[in-house]
Amino acid sequence: MVSTLTERDRARGAAAAVTDPELPMLTLQDLGILREVRIEQDGTVAVWITPTYSGCPALAEMRADVDRAVRAAGFERVEVRTALSPAWSSDWITERGRRKLSEYGISPPGQAPERPSGPVPLTLLPTRAVPRCPLCGSDGTEELSRFGATSCKSLHRCRSCLEPFEHVKEI
Amino acid sequence: MSGENIFTGMVEEHDGDERWAFGTGFTEALAGVDTALPEGVDGGELAQYCQMLGDDALVQAQRLSQWVTDAPELEEEVALANIALDLIGQARLLLARAGQADGTGRDEDAFAYRREAAQFRNVRLAAAPRGDFARAIVTLLALSSWRLALMSRLSRSRDPVLAAIAAKAVNELTYHREYAVSWALRLGDGTEYSRERTAAAVAQVWPDTGELFATHPVEARLAELGVGVDPGPLRAEVHDVLVQVLTAATLDAPAAFPESVLAGRSGDHGPELAPLLQEMQEVARAHPEATW
Repeated sequence: MVSTLTERDRARGAAAAVTDPELPMLTLQDLGILREVRIEQDGTVAVWITPTYSGCPALAEMRADVDRAVRAAGFERVEVRTALSPAWSSDWITERGRRKLSEYGISPPGQAPERPSGPVPLTLLPTRAVPRCPLCGSDGTEELSRFGATSCKSLHRCRSCLEPFEHVKEI
Repeated sequence: MSGENIFTGMVEEHDGDERWAFGTGFTEALAGVDTALPEGVDGGELAQYCQMLGDDALVQAQRLSQWVTDAPELEEEVALANIALDLIGQARLLLARAGQADGTGRDEDAFAYRREAAQFRNVRLAAAPRGDFARAIVTLLALSSWRLALMSRLSRSRDPVLAAIAAKAVNELTYHREYAVSWALRLGDGTEYSRERTAAAVAQVWPDTGELFATHPVEARLAELGVGVDPGPLRAEVHDVLVQVLTAATLDAPAAFPESVLAGRSGDHGPELAPLLQEMQEVARAHPEATW
C-alpha cells in the first residue's frame, strides 16, 4: 500500500507543476502562490492557492487547471481553496522562478517594500530601484509605465540596447 | 474525431473546465475560505458593511473603466484599467462576503448586477461624473488616500476575512495613491493651463469629500466591536495627505473637508449613479442565465 505521505507528495507535485496562464514560464510553485496541499480523511485532495492581486483574472483559470492536473494524477476528489492571508508578496517568487523570468526577457522583482503596521507613509518622489535590463544587463533603464499588460508587471525601456521590457513589480 | 471546421473544437464535449471561452466555472471569490462570523457580530450588519466598502470599489472601478479608449495616452488607459481591476477584485471579495454573512447566499453577481441604484451603498464621490483627466486624478487621489487609511485600519479587524481582504487592498491602494500623486504633481506643477484645470478639478471634487468621513450607524456599531472602521477619525490623517500633495503640486488645499453628511451610504445618490449602473448591468440583465 502506498503511504499517505507519498500520495500527498504526488498530489502536491501535480498541483505545483501547473503553470500560470499569463506567465506560462512559471509554475504555481515558482510563483509562490501554492500555499498548501493536504489529503483529507475522506480522500479529498485540498489545495490552497493565494491570489497575487485581488482582481487577478487568472486565478479562476489556475483553480480549474489545478483541479484538472490533480484529477489527471489519479485523485478523484479535489477541492481548490483560496488562502487570503497572508497576502501574496513578490518575495515569494522562487530563485528558479526569477531565473526563468530573466530567461524570458522579463525583469524579476527586487525586494518588496516593507509593510507598515500603521498608516502608509506618503512618498512624493519615486523611490523604486531601477531594474536591470534583462536583455543586455545594463543598469541604464527607465520606467515607461508603472502598469503593464497584467496587474503584476510594469513597462520599462533600456537606454543601452533600446529594447522595451517588462518587470514584475515589487509588492 | 476531426472537426468540420476550426470552431468545432470549441463547442464539442469537454471535461467542463477547459472551455475558457465560456468561463471556467470557478466563480466564487471566497471558495474554501473559512467564513464563520466573529463572536457577537450580527450577520446582517456585517453584510451591510461589506456592501458599503464593496460598492465603493465596484462603482469607482466602473467609472475608471470609462477612460479605456479615452485617456490622453495608452499608458494611462492601461494604468486606470489596472487600478479598476484591483478595485473589482476587492469588490468581488467584499460582496461575496456580504452574501454569506447575511445568510441569503447571494453571490457577487446578484449584488453587482441585480440591484437598483437606491440599493447601492457607495459614497457619492465613487460615482461622481467622469469629467476631464484632471478631475479623474483628483478624485482618485481623494478616494485612494481615504480608502488606504481605512483599509490599513481594517487589516486589524476581528473578522479574519475582512482583515485579509483589507491587508491585500492596502498593498494595491498604496500604488493607486502613488499613481494619483505622480499625476497630481505633474498637472498642478505643470503649465499654467494644466494648473488651472487641476485647481478647477479640486474645486469640483471637494464638496463630495465630506461624506467620506460621515459615520453610518452600522459603521459605528461594527467599529465598536473591533470589526469595522469608523471613518470619522480618519479626517485629519487624510487631510494631511491631501495638503502635502496639493501643496507640492503648487495648488491651494482647502482648509478642511466639508461637513460630514451621509448621502450615498444611505442610498441617497446623485443622478449620475443610475446611468452608470445601467451600462454596467445591461448585458447581465439581458442574459440572466449567462455564466462568465
